[in-house]
Amino acid sequence: MVLAGVGGQGTILAANILANALLAHGYDVKTSEVHGMAQRGGSVISMVRFGSAVASPLVPFGEAEALVVTELLETLRNIEFLAPGGRVIASRTRVDPLPVLQGAEEYPPDAEERIMKIAPGSIVVDAAAIATEAGDARAANTVLLGILSPLLPVGEEEWLATIEKLFKAKALDANRNAFLAGRKIAGENA
Amino acid sequence: MPEAKLMTGNEAIALAAYHAGALFASAYPGTPSTEVLEEFSRFEGVYAEWAPNEKVALEATIGASLGGVRSLAAMKHVGLNVAADPWFTLPYIGVGGGLVVVNADDPGMHSSQNEQDNRYYAKAAKVPMLEPADSQEAYDLTREAYRMSESHDTPVMIRVTTRVCHSRSLVVPSEPAPRATVPYEKNEVKRVMIPGHARLRHPVMVKRLAELEELSNDFAFQREERGAGDAVVVTSGVAYQYVKEAFPGVSILKLAMTNPLPRRLIAEFCEQFKDVYVVEELEPYLEEAVAGLGLYPLGKERVPRVGELNVDNVRESFPELAAATGASAPMHIAHVEGLPARPPILCAGCPHRGIMYSLARLKAIIAGDIGCYTLSVLPPLSAHDCQVCMGASITMGHGLEKALELAAEEGEDAGSHRVVSVLGDSTFFHSGVTGLMEMAYNNGRFTVVILDNRTTAMTGFQDHPGTGVTLQHSETVSVDMEMLARSIGIENVVVVDPYDLEECKRVLSEEMNRDAPSVVISRRPCVLRDKSSRRAALAVSREECNECGLCMGLACPALVKRGEEVMILEDACTGCGVCAQVCRREAIRA
Repeated sequence: MVLAGVGGQGTILAANILANALLAHGYDVKTSEVHGMAQRGGSVISMVRFGSAVASPLVPFGEAEALVVTELLETLRNIEFLAPGGRVIASRTRVDPLPVLQGAEEYPPDAEERIMKIAPGSIVVDAAAIATEAGDARAANTVLLGILSPLLPVGEEEWLATIEKLFKAKALDANRNAFLAGRKIAGENA
Repeated sequence: MPEAKLMTGNEAIALAAYHAGALFASAYPGTPSTEVLEEFSRFEGVYAEWAPNEKVALEATIGASLGGVRSLAAMKHVGLNVAADPWFTLPYIGVGGGLVVVNADDPGMHSSQNEQDNRYYAKAAKVPMLEPADSQEAYDLTREAYRMSESHDTPVMIRVTTRVCHSRSLVVPSEPAPRATVPYEKNEVKRVMIPGHARLRHPVMVKRLAELEELSNDFAFQREERGAGDAVVVTSGVAYQYVKEAFPGVSILKLAMTNPLPRRLIAEFCEQFKDVYVVEELEPYLEEAVAGLGLYPLGKERVPRVGELNVDNVRESFPELAAATGASAPMHIAHVEGLPARPPILCAGCPHRGIMYSLARLKAIIAGDIGCYTLSVLPPLSAHDCQVCMGASITMGHGLEKALELAAEEGEDAGSHRVVSVLGDSTFFHSGVTGLMEMAYNNGRFTVVILDNRTTAMTGFQDHPGTGVTLQHSETVSVDMEMLARSIGIENVVVVDPYDLEECKRVLSEEMNRDAPSVVISRRPCVLRDKSSRRAALAVSREECNECGLCMGLACPALVKRGEEVMILEDACTGCGVCAQVCRREAIRA
């Protein structure tokens, strides 16, 4: 699986939750993440691989069962990772990169339509609004994990136990709610 | 059996050092090595510190080892350049308590200015080197490194790369070793490297290297994987994982100890195959050795020498191997062309923005340094002229000013007074102080701007000698930058608030035109680290704004242009007010 977004959106933590949930279920798991300079508002990407035995921590192009992205432009940028039949789960969030802020380049106005066209069956939601309703706008990533969750052979209890383990008490309620809200949306889309 | 845990390579190294009984660790933060110290510092009963730079960190670690304690120094690849002086003589001295140096290379330059291959440093210094391929090996090989260090009286390098440091995989730790210290002994012939002593020690190192090669030939972590076909791939580190997936079932010689290389093992294993391939990131380090054994390997002719490897580019390097092993690249969706790039940028409210903008407006020739502020090189700020390594801003600025003066005497006046060196607080303590002495001592008359945001921001907010707090959270003294600059001999030391553009412009302009050296300290805490600078978001008044775009020159992510309309993103804006000061129509207000 490939998780992507913009530096500062919490992609590393989301990948860690996903990895630990898969681990709790008994899989071999490897992840890869980006620290340092790219985190200052640049494109970021984390990868999570699982199976009976995983070698490479990096996902080759065309092998991501799911592409989970907190921003539309970054979804398009990483779409080549998606496996045939893989699922895009993205937030309808627009974060303008520098050339767009400057008015030098245009943010693709039809980003969402292009995603739907390239990968039919994609689920695009307003994750930030759902997260805000759940109690914390920063839990947008957790909403997307909730939407992803039924696609993976990990039970709801295991997911919630992992979320409990990895979030501090202060952020726990909002993230649990955000996860469940996402899971409900997945049910509606199934 | 202990529970398997998902850990990054850095976490695994820290845990292994702790389990090996290490009690002392020192480092300067640097991606991708930073978390080794952060993780180690949390263990019970250990001492861990941020040193001002990597040379200091390694020297302190040598002292700790001679003092009889197992110890660790960690650094990124370019950090070892800084620590190269002690690095090359340390193996002459040997160790007291086991000494391990964690060296993290950054192929692909995720967060670095170059992608040098530091395996050559181990070879050049005759230091044994271990290369883990995942977190379990990072753990196991660090444990081995401490045993090897003490059994062979040598420092040991753990050479990792970004994809080992920042990948998580399962680790099952082994039984912790009992803590043990070595009694201190005075042994000046071994520990004081005057030429007479060093001449005695160098042959000892050569002999030790031969013994280590025997160890390397029989080292349990050198893995011979016999598969199908008449080809073998020699590999090490994370590249091994890509080979496994790119060519499933191929025979592999996976090396974990790569200095000294196990020449007997390589020759005996590879001679059984018709074709020998080498897959490694960056330089042909293994390939040269394999070729030296007369094995005619195929390697860097095909495998990229630049950037990171992955399953795809490894598979594409040797299509014949892919065909032989029945591997094929999966079909994938085409790359979407023409998307706007998303480079990292200075955050909204970043205190570097105001001062870098002011310098650019004053047409300064800016010798920059390593830190978040380097991001101001991108247009529209375009506020950097040159940059090479940590601390080089002041020293390069010094040479630049002298050259422009000399050129002016020859009739080519580019304006030497325009030279300004810019560096962060942590970088100043790292290696800017010596540059400041160069400037004062050798009559430099340019301006140094220290961007004092009270933290090491780029690597994730580490403390440093100016913050008054140590790695292990105790209060300590903090360097008084102003007094330090004055004591070096700089009389003009001024502090400015980078949120106050008027003040920045006035002070910078004064100091740049002064025929004497100046230090301008631009002081305001990093807005990500210290939320106290945050104020209510500003907004653009539609009536006043004439869409001139001046404010867009600040490259602030909170300021966006939609169509012709400029607006402020309320969630992103921290109310720093810099854009309001740039606006000539007072259109930006609280």
